[in-house]
Amino acid sequence: MDAQPALDLRGVTRRYGERVALADCTFTLDAGRTLVVFGPNGAGKSTLLRILATLLRTHEGTAKVLGHDLKKEGWKVRGHVGLLGHDPLLYKDLTIRENLRFHARLYRVPETRIDELLEAVGLTVRADDQVHTLSRGLVQRAAVCRAVLHDPPLLLLDEPRANLDPAAADIVEPLIGAASGRTRVITSHDPVGGLVGADIALGLQAGYTALLEPAAGVTPEMVGELYR
Amino acid sequence: MRHAVAALLRKEAALELRTPQVIPAMALFSVITYVVFHFGLKRNQLEGDLASGVLWVTILFAAMLGIARLFVSDREEGGFDAFLLAPVDRTAMFVAKAISMFAYLVLVQVIAIPAFVILLLGPTPDGTQALNLVAVLALADVGIAVVGTLVGALSVQTRARDLIVPMLALPLLVPVIIGAARASAPLLALHATALPGKWLAVLALYDLVFGLLAYGVFDYLVED
Repeated sequence: MDAQPALDLRGVTRRYGERVALADCTFTLDAGRTLVVFGPNGAGKSTLLRILATLLRTHEGTAKVLGHDLKKEGWKVRGHVGLLGHDPLLYKDLTIRENLRFHARLYRVPETRIDELLEAVGLTVRADDQVHTLSRGLVQRAAVCRAVLHDPPLLLLDEPRANLDPAAADIVEPLIGAASGRTRVITSHDPVGGLVGADIALGLQAGYTALLEPAAGVTPEMVGELYR
Repeated sequence: MRHAVAALLRKEAALELRTPQVIPAMALFSVITYVVFHFGLKRNQLEGDLASGVLWVTILFAAMLGIARLFVSDREEGGFDAFLLAPVDRTAMFVAKAISMFAYLVLVQVIAIPAFVILLLGPTPDGTQALNLVAVLALADVGIAVVGTLVGALSVQTRARDLIVPMLALPLLVPVIIGAARASAPLLALHATALPGKWLAVLALYDLVFGLLAYGVFDYLVED
């Protein structure tokens, strides 16, 4: 699986009705590398993540994720992807532990993993609190635990540091940061912070690719152009 | 698939126990409707076809409340997406939701049927009639749960789900109501007769056909 790129997209297009959300998106990303996706609201960043997560189908083009064509073998990708989106994907009336236990059962992960992760993100003392009683930052930490519970090789992170204070961002870094060794696709609005740890930068404007460069050659000014 | 169904059922039970919504609403609706019939019909005691019709129309309308809420927490809190990401058979959700809906109906009927007997029913069913009625209830509940799960999954993806649930579910459930009402009527008559096996067979056939149909199409229904 490692011999071929972790992500290989060719001409991927997705529409919502008549509106094109993502057009002719083409890139490859090797395993263990990080792609950062920039673009203003509605540029197609979340659509791209949802396609890679197998939650949305492509209308044109081919998308291979972890060596599997999503159209033919999307089911093989499920279980190998950790998605951290705008929604925490946690039931508000359940406690953090109950939520993680539910996911652990779906993924057949031993429940000892839950305690490890809660400890890692500093949520052990709040583990038995219902999600709706937590602040946005604590919910985001719990969502990080949910996303990496099954130790996925591919992480899809939609503005992962949203709602996190600098200390909390440091706490989750070993789980979702570059040091985790996972292939990562991250969306960001931060031209400076977003480029840190990234290998490739992709810029989207109204669904179209406006920038695709090695991150080392991309400047914050180039990213800023996407938002003008 | 068994472990996924078990995980989903435990989650459903935890949510309903933590914040009871569906069962109290359905039970209260049923009891209030029987009270309304009690005064609206200006009759203290019903029997036979009329009693059976009142019983089943009330159960059907109460079921609409449960169907409309069946997938709401999953859709609004992202549980649907989380489930779709998991490496499990997607029909596990259909099975778990249908079992949940069946359980909701049974629990509601534990409250609603005694209320019906007290408020409206003339003849009190004896032991055999009660057992036969339980068999009719069970078969009808399976049909309502199966079709309700299918309609619930379809409607939750739309903004007008409160309108779509009755518009889709009521016509689809007409055969269940006909079968259940015809099967129950002799059991609720003043001079009760034997359970009509023909209508039980109709209910069983409906359950089988719609069960297989729903099982077959659910995967496509939850796909993008």
